[in-house]
Amino acid sequence: MADEVSFEFLHTELVSYVLSSTEKDKKPCDLSTLEYIGFSAGYRIIERQTKEWPRFKDELETMKFICTDFWTSINKKPVDNLRTNHQGVYVLQDNAFRFLTRLSNSRQYLEVAPRYVAFTCGLIRGALANLGINSMVTAEVQSMPACRFHIQVQRT
Amino acid sequence: MAVCVAVIGKDNSPKFISCLNPELELQFHYKVHTSLDVVEEKLSSAGINTGDVRELYLGLLYSTEEHKIFGYVTNTKIKFIVVVESANTLLRDNEVRTMFRRLHNLYTDVVCNPFYIPGDPITSKNFDDTVKSIMVNNI
Repeated sequence: MADEVSFEFLHTELVSYVLSSTEKDKKPCDLSTLEYIGFSAGYRIIERQTKEWPRFKDELETMKFICTDFWTSINKKPVDNLRTNHQGVYVLQDNAFRFLTRLSNSRQYLEVAPRYVAFTCGLIRGALANLGINSMVTAEVQSMPACRFHIQVQRT
Repeated sequence: MAVCVAVIGKDNSPKFISCLNPELELQFHYKVHTSLDVVEEKLSSAGINTGDVRELYLGLLYSTEEHKIFGYVTNTKIKFIVVVESANTLLRDNEVRTMFRRLHNLYTDVVCNPFYIPGDPITSKNFDDTVKSIMVNNI
């Protein structure tokens, strides 16, 4: 139990550290640093996670892995819903996103929500990048503990 | 006993190569390079025959008079190549498998080091020493 909380504290501190350091330069709220930290973390974590895993058959199988095993290792629960149009767009819905459940239960503080999802966006992008899928990940928060991640696979 | 261990990156560039006899390093560079085509072939044929197991260990890639060459590809497309002397008949498939598993564990430790930039050649001393001991002691 205690280790779960400590990760949440670490994440909160990470957010406030990154924001305070960008605020010093008088720049508007810059989340790219936070996203990049997530990217490099995801890139490294996935190397460890897929060690005992057989080779992935296709993109969809990779996404399923992200939604279940990868998500569980980070958020202690799998994604609630995965949707795809089979043309490179995937939508991951988490009804109680770990970093948002402590913040609010309604639309209150909605304006600060992007700060708390940027790290996870990067995490997903990094994990997919190391598995050979280049993507663009954005998050959407409409009502607080729920969060939706849009993954757009870039095909060249 | 393995005579050479190599780590090849996503883009088929050598990230790490270590041989028991440093004088023969160039020869092993050629051998490892040749084996990459076989790796590619095995990976693409695995996509067609969906029935078979998609294991990370690829098994024997090819053998010459002096050497046998084994391959392993991670989910992140990092290739491990191990060259064994053909004269060594004691080495079983299972032992090669454990050797690869240990290599993979070592490699993940290197990647999880925040000072290592993914894609760079591996310069970790610990990695080098442990690979050497794997080569000599077999497991």
